[in-house]
Order: sequence, then structure tokens, then C-alpha cells
Amino acid sequence: MGLVSRGAAAAGLGAASAVVRPGPPDAVPNPVPSPPPGGAARGSSRVPGMVLKAFFPTCCASADSGLLVGRWVPEQSSAIVLAVVHFPFIPIQVKELLAQVQQASQVGVAVLGTWCHRQQEPEESLGHFLEGLGTIFSHEPWLQLCRERGSKSWSCKAIRQQVPVAPGVPSEDQVMLIFYDQRKVLLSQLHPPTVLPDHQAGDAVASSGSLAVVFDTVARSELLFHGDQYDEGPVRLSHWQSEGVEASVLGELAKRASGPVCLLLACLLSLVSAVSACWLWKLWPLPFIRSKLSTCEQLRHRLEHLTLVFSTQRAQSPTQLMRKANMLVSVLLDVALGLMLLSWLHSSNRIGQLADALVPVADRVAEELQHLLQWLMGAPAGLKMNRALDQVLGRFFLYHIHLWISYIHLMSPFIERILWHVGLSACLGLTVALSILSDIIALLTFHIYCFYVYGARLYCLKIYGLSSLWRLFRGKKWNVLRQRVDSCSYNLDQLFIGTLLFTILVFLLPTTALYYLVFTLLRLLVVTVQGLIHLLVDLINSLPLYSLGLRLCRPYRLAAGVKFRVLEHEAGRPLRLLMQINPLPYSHVVHTYRLPSCGCHPKHSWGSLCRKLFFGELIYPWRQRGDRQD
Amino acid sequence: MEDERSFSDICGGRLVLQRRYYSPFCREFCLTCPRLSLCSLTAVTCTVWLAAYGLFTLWENSMILSAAIFITLLGLLGYLHFVKIDQETLLIIDSLGIQMTSSYASGKESTTFIEMGNVKDVVINEAIYMQKVIYYLCILLKDPVEPHKISQVVPVFQEQSSGRSTSQCGLFQTPGLEWFLSQA
Repeated sequence: MGLVSRGAAAAGLGAASAVVRPGPPDAVPNPVPSPPPGGAARGSSRVPGMVLKAFFPTCCASADSGLLVGRWVPEQSSAIVLAVVHFPFIPIQVKELLAQVQQASQVGVAVLGTWCHRQQEPEESLGHFLEGLGTIFSHEPWLQLCRERGSKSWSCKAIRQQVPVAPGVPSEDQVMLIFYDQRKVLLSQLHPPTVLPDHQAGDAVASSGSLAVVFDTVARSELLFHGDQYDEGPVRLSHWQSEGVEASVLGELAKRASGPVCLLLACLLSLVSAVSACWLWKLWPLPFIRSKLSTCEQLRHRLEHLTLVFSTQRAQSPTQLMRKANMLVSVLLDVALGLMLLSWLHSSNRIGQLADALVPVADRVAEELQHLLQWLMGAPAGLKMNRALDQVLGRFFLYHIHLWISYIHLMSPFIERILWHVGLSACLGLTVALSILSDIIALLTFHIYCFYVYGARLYCLKIYGLSSLWRLFRGKKWNVLRQRVDSCSYNLDQLFIGTLLFTILVFLLPTTALYYLVFTLLRLLVVTVQGLIHLLVDLINSLPLYSLGLRLCRPYRLAAGVKFRVLEHEAGRPLRLLMQINPLPYSHVVHTYRLPSCGCHPKHSWGSLCRKLFFGELIYPWRQRGDRQD
Repeated sequence: MEDERSFSDICGGRLVLQRRYYSPFCREFCLTCPRLSLCSLTAVTCTVWLAAYGLFTLWENSMILSAAIFITLLGLLGYLHFVKIDQETLLIIDSLGIQMTSSYASGKESTTFIEMGNVKDVVINEAIYMQKVIYYLCILLKDPVEPHKISQVVPVFQEQSSGRSTSQCGLFQTPGLEWFLSQA
């Protein structure tokens, strides 16, 4: 075909491409005789130069002689054999069956040729009989596949009646046999899914790949595979289900039971969501609290998932089905892990031990904070602080800690009860328990959050004041209209006051900066711990466990493509290939079938985070959806 | 029909190119890479263990030694399973497609199949590798949306970055390649 000669022009890659020219056309053996261009009788019935590919199911390789039934794709010159019709048959009934299948599945099923599975010595009568069938079921080209019983030698011919090279002699094409496992191809799904539009029988889609057409054809022709050899139908077929239709008792029971169960659960879930959407929840301050607690977010997320799983609508596409299955498995695993956690907590009085340990831990944290503040009020790390400001800030924060400790001590009799009830919530799922843990950490370290906010605001104020007074010191000012720094002439008293204030702020800067640094680090520590918990929750929420399990146990279901293997080859015999499914790699499975997560991702990049820290702006790394800006 | 020729790559390892002719429209090119050398394996193991022993004398914790053994084993298994390629095969089937298989030292095989309809062209590209210019064969893929654009450039035998220059030159001289380039 010589596409290489166009490669130099087409490859505008920036790298020089040296093109190897093929030798003169005579040196390259061209096994396919190209027909005269005007010779094709059925418009697009052949593509010159293409080898005819016959896709043959492995289950029919040991079937008795008969007719080949399948689909012919002229654009790709491939014949997809779906089943074998055995003798005896009545041609009218075969044609009726094919018309039925064609109408139901929109696939152009036709008789493609004959299949002959014979003994060592060729039977002449059978040969003539098979050739005679070509006149009853006319198809262009007519395939003749032949196999000797008990050996591996196959022969196949494709005869074209209407395109003769020499008049009166039907021409033959080169044929390539490709074996495929019908059951696996039927059940598998190609990724990325190529959407083939619905087409009328007989048409084919030329733009999509030939393999997508094969998968699509086999998947659509399910009606053809419904009967098995024990049926008393008029036509006896051989295909992957002819030994007996695959079914399972449990599967059928589950299908029957799923209708009413889904209905019941859908009603319950709609009731729950109606209650949660009730107007009572909109009274302030409940929406504010709800937006801050990650538990509510997680519960809402789970409710959404469950509603989708148990909705009474059937899944439209395989992707939706996988999504539903993934959600169901994720919820089940979550609940199982939660129940394990629950049983562990309630065994041997763990809750009591936890409650007993909680108050001393909170006391210890407060004590450590007090030590820290005393250290800051002295000469921390050898730095000299401004005594007055130091004392003020230190006493301010110490008083807060004192308030906090009193609050904790007030709550201590109720802690065990609260923990016991919170532990019960683990039966809703491990993710809910982890979210509650994260919320408890947030509540217990609320004083650290307050200190951080105070320190940050003070520092922020100082930084802005400093920058503005620095500009004044240099005789410039910020022009708000033009958003730039302009020079400005100040009065003497303005300059005097400004410089005085500037000096004061500069000398007070180390103290404020140190307090800000310490509390920011503490806050970042708490945020990191909460972030790790959220990451774990996210992982459990979004990991597609059903797809991963499917990829592990039934790798042919998720296909990234196909792979070919050349089977034993004898000279003079047609080339035989085995087509196997190439499964999707695990990373692609996770990427394609990931469930949408809560959406609690850090919104800042590292650069903007550092900038915010430097200027003292408050950081909210774990923004929930629908939060208002503070 | 089989044919075997041997070449050497940039590092001096021995590469073997096999060409198999199955039928007029099906050919296979198989490139075998140099094996894992015992010297490099011994050197890496000794380095890791010496480092572990040094840390052990510093900290007197026997966990370091067991950890070193685990690291060596896991590292070797990971290398054999994910990095070390034994053999690369290129199977070309007329009017069906091009299949590239890499088989790793642990037996894992990873296969890519490109349909003939997606192949826009096969070109030989130049690349600058360190201080020399090497040539490599690559397949240009069509963009499904825009048939005139090139969506991807897929180098053939892409894992053998060190073996490209000499082996590919050897590949270019074989008459099979002219046939290969004339298909598609």
C-alpha cells in the first residue's frame, strides 16, 4: 500500500524522519490478486488488498457439519461466524429464524457458508451437496471451512461468484482464521467503550475498529444463543450455549426478590431523605453546625449512594450497572468494618476505658499548652521578647485554657454515655465512625483553633500595618483606583506619627510572629491528623471494589483490547490465530470506575498555602461543599 | 521459516533478533535482551548489606539486618517483575493490526494491539540520546476524531532504550522490514 511514502509529509514532528523506501513492487510478493476495479457487483462488498478474516468460535470447532451463520462486514472484509446450523434443516425455517434474529437484534445475520467436519477420506457426495447449498443461500463471498476429524489441519476457501478474474471461473480469496471464545467475548466489555450507533440490518460502521464490531455483533446476537440442543425447535444450532443454557438458581431467586426489596428500601430511603429535608433543619444555627461537621456530610453522601443503588430504575448502561455494584459493595464493606469496630469497642469495656482516659488526656494537653505559654512568656529559644506584650498575650491565652479545662471537667460525667452512643453509630459504617472521630478531634482542639485565629488575626493586622507604614516611610502610598504603588507627599506630622508607629510595630513584630508561628504549627498538626482521617474515609468511599474483584476473578469481563497468538502453522494451510481478551490493567480499572468522593480536597497549592501563612491569612484546608466564606 | 541474527547494544550486551515468517501476510520479529548479569546482582546485594551492617554497628538493632534482607528480596522480585524485560516481540498481521508483546523476566507478559485502521504511518525517527543520535522505529496513530491529525507516536521495542541504536540498524537491514513497511 505504500503509506510510508506519505509518512515524510505527514510526520510534521520536528524530528527528521528518514524514510525507508520499499523495493520495487515486483520484489514484494503480493499474494492477493487485485480484481479489476469495476468488477465488484455488490457495491462495497470487498476492499481490494484486504485479507478475508473469518472469526470462528472455538466451541464450534468440534461441531458436526452444517451451515455457517453470522455476519459479514464488507468494509473490514471480515466474516463473524456466530453459530453452525446442523443437518437436517428446511431452508425456509432457517431463513425465518435469521429474519427473526435480525429484527430483534438489528444485526445483519445471514448464512455465510458451509462447515464440513469430516473423516479422513473426503466424501464426494457431501462436497457436492455443500456446494449446492451455495445456490440456495446466496452470499457473497461464500465461505467453505473444512476440518479433518481428529487432526489440526483446516482448510478454508472463500469463493466469489461475481468477480471472476477469468470468465466462468469463480475467484478465490486468501482467508485467515481467527478463533475466539464466544462466551468471553459475549460477556466482556471493551474500554474505552465505543458507541456504535444503531444501524439497519446489513449496514456496517466503517469508522469504528473491526474488533469493536466483533464484540458488538456477538453481544447483540443473544437471541441466537437462547436455544440449546435439547430444545425441540425446527432448527438445530451449535454455539456456546448449545450444551445447555447457563443459569443459576441463586441468580434467578435474587432477580425475583430484588424487585420488591428495592421497592421497600426505596420507600424507606425516600422517607429518611424527606425527614432530613424538613424545614426544622433549616432553623439557624443548625445549618451552620451541619456544614461544619463532616459526619453530616458523610451521612448525606451515603444516603445518596443508597438511594441510587436501590432505585427501582434499571441501569441503562454497563457503566451505570458497575457504578451501582461498586456502591453496594462499598456500603456493605463499610458496614462490615463498622460492625467489627463496634464489637471490638463493646468487648471488655473498651468504651469505659476510653472515657476514663479521655479527661486525663485533655488535661495533659492543656497542661502542655500552659507550659508552652510559660516558655513563650520567658525567653523562648534565647530570643528577647517585649515583656509587656508578652505578658498580655500569655495571660490572655492562659485564661482561655483555664476556661477550656473547666468546661471539660464539667462534661466529664457525661462522656461515657456520649461515647457509648457515638460508638453505636459505627454500625452505620466505618466511615461514619471515622468522621465522628474527626469531629471529636476538632471539638477537643477547639481552643487551639481559637488561639490560631487570634494569633493569625493579630499577625495579619501587624503585617498589613507594617507594609502600609513602610510605604509611608519611603514616601509612597497604595493607589486603590489604579491598584499600584504611587508616590505621595505627606505632611510632617503625618510622617512623624507614621514613622513612630512603624517603629513600634517593627519592635513588637518578633513577639507576635513567635506566638503566630507556634499556634500555626499546632493548628497544622491538628489539620494533618484530621486530613489523614478524611483521606481514609475518602479511600473507602471511592474505591471501586466490585470492579477490582471482577478484574481479579473474571479478567475477561473488563477488556482493554485483544491479543493474538499464532497457532500451529503448516505450509499450504490457512493461517490460524487465536484471539484472546487483554484485560484492563488495575490502575485503569480504578481510574475508570472510581466513585465520586465527598469533594473535601485541599483547594490550595503549596505556593498559595505558603503565601497565606506568610501574610497571616486564615487557612481552611478542608472545605466542605457549600460552605460560606468566612 | 526462521532466521536469527545477533547484535550488540550500546552497553555491550548481546541482543538476538529472530524473524519468523508464518505466511505471506503474517510475520513476527522477536528481540531477545541481554540477561540479568550475576556481577551487577552481586554488587547491588553487597552494597545493600554492607550499608545495613554499617547501620547495625551504629545502632545495635538486629531489625536493620532483617529489614535489609527483606528489602533485597522484594527489590529483586520487583525488578524482575516490573523492570527487567526478557524479550520483545512484534507481530504483524496483514489487514488486522500490529501487536507488541513484552515479556518480563518473571514471566509476566504485557501486550498491546494496534488495529490497522488506527495506524497512520510507520516512520523512522531520530532522537538524541546522550551524545549520539539514534534512530528508532515508531508507529503513528490516527486521531479518532480528526483523521488527518496524529494522536500518538508509539515507539516499537520501546523498553530497550539502550539497545535501540545497533539493533534497530540491524532490523532495518533485514528484507522483512521492507515488507513490513509496505503493509499498513
